[in-house]
Amino acid sequence: MTQTAIAKVDLKNVKPYGDTMNDGMMELAFTLPVPHGEEASEAAKILARKMGLDEPNVVYSKDMDSGFTFFVVYGKCQHTVDYTTIKVTKVEVDIMDRLECAQYIKDNIKRDVVIVGASTGTDAHTVGIDAIMNMKGFHGHFGLERYEGIEAINMGSQVPNEVLIEKAKEVGADAILVSQTVTQKDVHVQNLTNMVELLEAEGMRDKVILVCGGPRISHELAQELGYDAGFGAHTYAEHVASFVLTELVNRGRA
Amino acid sequence: MKSKLNLDPKIIDSARSCAGRIAESMQQFIDRHTTVSTERTVLRLLGVDGVDDVETPLPNIVVDQIKDAGGLSRGVAYWMGNAMIQTGLSPQEIAEKIADGQLRITELDTVPPKEAEEKIMPVVLEALEKIKAQTAKREQYLSTIGEGKKPYLYVIVATGNIYEDVVQAQAAARQGADIIAVIRTTAQSLLDYVPYGPTTEGFGGTYATQENFRIMRKALDEVGEEVGRYIRLCNYSSGMCMPEIAAMGALERLDVMLNDALYGILFRDINMQRTLVDQYFSRVIIGYCGSMFNSGEDNYLTTDDAYEAAHTVLASQFINEQFAVLANIKEEQMGLGHAFEMDPDIENGFLYELSQAIMAREIFPKASLKYMPPTKFMTGNIFKGQIQDALFNLVAVWSGQSLQLLGMLTEAIHTPHMHDRYLSIENASYIFNNARSIGEEVEFKEGGIIQSRAQNVLAEADKLLHEIEEEGLFSTIEQGKFGGVKRPRDGGKGLEGVCVKDEDYFNPFIPIMMGGAK
Repeated sequence: MTQTAIAKVDLKNVKPYGDTMNDGMMELAFTLPVPHGEEASEAAKILARKMGLDEPNVVYSKDMDSGFTFFVVYGKCQHTVDYTTIKVTKVEVDIMDRLECAQYIKDNIKRDVVIVGASTGTDAHTVGIDAIMNMKGFHGHFGLERYEGIEAINMGSQVPNEVLIEKAKEVGADAILVSQTVTQKDVHVQNLTNMVELLEAEGMRDKVILVCGGPRISHELAQELGYDAGFGAHTYAEHVASFVLTELVNRGRA
Repeated sequence: MKSKLNLDPKIIDSARSCAGRIAESMQQFIDRHTTVSTERTVLRLLGVDGVDDVETPLPNIVVDQIKDAGGLSRGVAYWMGNAMIQTGLSPQEIAEKIADGQLRITELDTVPPKEAEEKIMPVVLEALEKIKAQTAKREQYLSTIGEGKKPYLYVIVATGNIYEDVVQAQAAARQGADIIAVIRTTAQSLLDYVPYGPTTEGFGGTYATQENFRIMRKALDEVGEEVGRYIRLCNYSSGMCMPEIAAMGALERLDVMLNDALYGILFRDINMQRTLVDQYFSRVIIGYCGSMFNSGEDNYLTTDDAYEAAHTVLASQFINEQFAVLANIKEEQMGLGHAFEMDPDIENGFLYELSQAIMAREIFPKASLKYMPPTKFMTGNIFKGQIQDALFNLVAVWSGQSLQLLGMLTEAIHTPHMHDRYLSIENASYIFNNARSIGEEVEFKEGGIIQSRAQNVLAEADKLLHEIEEEGLFSTIEQGKFGGVKRPRDGGKGLEGVCVKDEDYFNPFIPIMMGGAK
């Protein structure tokens, strides 16, 4: 009888992994608006069960003093995922580095490409847009300001959508970058949607490449909201530049 | 006290006196000018409040009428004093008549400035009594129920709804917070007026209104009495309405006010002339009412590199200190800002952060240093984030920071949830308690990494300050030397609200608040 030492993953039925295949182990942290005590812990367990966790275990609970209780809960997930059928839309473009981008502009576009960006709406965080646009970039990936052939205009944070559009018109932007770093009650979705609506109302939507980015952004969400592309965590200036430049050429706007 | 960093006192003196000359030369510009917001502040202190039927605040209506008639260079105190003589009404009644379209304040018969000033003086003194009563109330709380140990645990609430904020703030105080800041709603800093009344809707924060200040003050007093610790309230005397918020804060007993013209110029694109004039009156008020101001140097490090731009933070702290001296603010009320923002991948980054923090403490020994948490390199990995915040807390207790804005493990994800705040308070309390005296115990290797780093940063800051003195502060900002952000002297928002004073101009509050010194 042959027996493997450990169970192999069944990609049609994937479960969370703690220390043993298919143990389903997950950890959760949350607060319930009920006073600390045994009833509160029971409530947390019931909730975890309803979420599909078997054998929920409240490993920690803490009185938050105002009729609120904080919990850390472990449980075994009952659900499985069929990994084999998953399709994710991704930005499909060959990534060029900074120098390759410069060469690509010289060879194929033959003029400066103008890109305007801002962290818009309620978001006061510049970290995302700065990482993509500023000279220095982020983690050794230089920003668009350092790209030869790209004129990058970073308007900073809390820029109203209207102001960003106005600027894009003024400078004849080829692309607009919208950054959303921190969100409250999903306000980033409303804000991103509003941007598309305003551009459409201005008759500009088809004239620019519209890109959004941020840790909460996926390419799929971006496309759903009417953007040409979305860039999530671990993407840098070269990803955005490669997309914008390739797209400009594809659209015959070089 | 012997310098642990072996800093050369001669370089510190050189940098400080250079910053003093920079501030002094700016002060000459400031003294020649007033602004719409400065004048609206005078009205607010005189008791003018409320809004018209389209929500325009009465102070704006009155100042705009005077400005449109070309009378702003005389100052609203003159026009108000004159109008009181001519009409026999109070400032509030006069403002209401103006709002109703029944009065044009600049078209009344006029008296000489001295008479107008005499007429207004009792109202001025009455306002100062109100502020003094609030200051006395704070002192009374501090001497009865007391306060938390430094570094004060400083947390933010930002629900958009002042009543929801109260729930969060009281919970935070019960968990151990010493200072509650109510983050303002998006872009309030760019409104050239202060909204009115209690508010329940905001994005990323809650409107700063006088009524909201009052609601939160009351809630914090209640919870402070309950937990036996005075809970300080913080808001933003920054943006287009710096001095107005300072006045409202003085009247409603705010304890900490973010207040930094350089921040407004660089990060909110507010015109530099406007905001430096605004800053002066706001700091005079802050100095007078005994609250603390917080400067925003920490923000430079969100746009510039914390390792390379460390000297710009120190240079700006020197300048902010000297601006505060000119506004008669005590050292203890100076919440000079800095931040823990180095890339976590830098080898020995912790040593550099420690060096910078101890340097700030040695150079500004009595200041209420405000230390800001990591934000730029927070990733969404909440587990690592908690460690980054732990290192930040260790530097804080080691270097004796005064106000510790607690880092949130969920920074870069969302505004804090209730348990995020609890976890951050627990993190800080644990480390502060466990390493309470580490600063007194540990000395540093002579010529080692920590000493050398601080000496270099100080030397660089001294050099930068001398360049600024040479060029002037305005052109230094134009060249982008702070935060890597360039701003033109005549650019940005609010320049139209700046006005040269005429020779009969007076602001009755400034001389008294300055203790007759100026």
